[in-house]
Amino acid sequence: MILHAVKAAVLLFVAVLVQVAFFDVYTPLGGRADLVLVLLISIALLRGSIFGALAGFYAGFLVDTVNLGALGFTSLLLTLAGFWTGRYGETTARDRFHAPYVSVAVITALYGVGTLALDFFLGEPAPAGTYLSGLPATVLLNLILIWPVYALTRRIFPPVDASDRVHEVRLLA
Amino acid sequence: MVGLVVLSLGLLTVSFRSTALDPVEGYSASVLRPFEIAANRVAHPFRDAASWTHGLFSAKSDNRKLRAENAELQRENALLKGAREENFQLHKLLNYAQGPTWPKDFGEVGARVLTSPNPLDQSVTISAGRNQGIALDDVVVTNEGLVGTVSKVFATESRVTLITDPTSNVRAVDVKNPAAIGLLDHAAGSSALVLDRVGKDVPPVNADDTIITAGSPTAGLPSLFPRGILIGFVSSVGQSDTDVFKDIQVQPFVDFSSLQSVLVLVPKATVERASPSARHG
Repeated sequence: MILHAVKAAVLLFVAVLVQVAFFDVYTPLGGRADLVLVLLISIALLRGSIFGALAGFYAGFLVDTVNLGALGFTSLLLTLAGFWTGRYGETTARDRFHAPYVSVAVITALYGVGTLALDFFLGEPAPAGTYLSGLPATVLLNLILIWPVYALTRRIFPPVDASDRVHEVRLLA
Repeated sequence: MVGLVVLSLGLLTVSFRSTALDPVEGYSASVLRPFEIAANRVAHPFRDAASWTHGLFSAKSDNRKLRAENAELQRENALLKGAREENFQLHKLLNYAQGPTWPKDFGEVGARVLTSPNPLDQSVTISAGRNQGIALDDVVVTNEGLVGTVSKVFATESRVTLITDPTSNVRAVDVKNPAAIGLLDHAAGSSALVLDRVGKDVPPVNADDTIITAGSPTAGLPSLFPRGILIGFVSSVGQSDTDVFKDIQVQPFVDFSSLQSVLVLVPKATVERASPSARHG
């Protein structure tokens, strides 16, 4: 577990630097590939919800620090993204080939809307038109990115043993 | 999970309501800074390769256009040199008093740009801060024109809010038409700007006119921006019967998506800095 945590920490740290130095610069078709989010989704799918939430919080803290933004902003969004992707990985997405692609498409869209909503609630500028017009391109770029990133992450984090998996999901309502 | 969400909300609340977390953020940022610079250096050749490839497609037409522009600018430059000298002499004769001008009254601090803006966050982080003499609201430029103002200062890093940010306002004027003074404001689209508050009664503003900072209107209301910094050119001018003001779209000279380094203008004179709320754009 600790070894996995160290590996995730190093990978996410490098991803944040690559994101800032390279991916943030290019905005083809108005979209922007988000390596940190894609890597987080890959890790959460393979390691589960709690690991995903912790990784999300850590990655968000790094992003906010590097951008000198409000601490906690990206952490909040990535914690939720990591948790829900991990939950999906533990339950319905098990062994499904399409799971990373579905996760990236859905989480990228939700993350974008979440960022807008949080900005709006905090009274910050939230130009929905500008942002949402680039969202399809962002989803497309992230879908392209998930293939190599997930393959690499799968090598670094071998899938959880069958015995460790969640066997039952109880509906509360 | 709930604990992490609560912790995130706590951090967010403290970050927004006070400056208590600024030292933590500043320290963390200074720890990360060498890694950021290293990453930027590694990414630099790849960025260059990408822009070189992109440039190949437009090189021929750009070359032809730039040659024509160069010839025109040389002619214009010769005229302006004479006018500048005449202006200097007239100022001297009249003992003309004016506000701070750039570059005469400002020192310059060069800094590397560490991050890029995105549609929701029109700001960048630069690699210079309080230790280099930078203060809140200092003006940031490149050799192409105005970039923005310093909105957050740490020991070795600062955050610069770009003029394309919706919260940014700059008092600006058309070089060819000094009556066309207005407020440069954010428009739809991350790189588009609007010169607002220019009345319909002022002489016509034309496409391709150059827009510069207008400086301070009066001594009592000093502007953050010294007069004469290039901002952009007029891309379109419109006028409707119902609107009181002209609709002037401005295209900035600076390409904000590929900023690599900037200059922060630090006032030379040891004037007492007014509080940010007392000053306006």
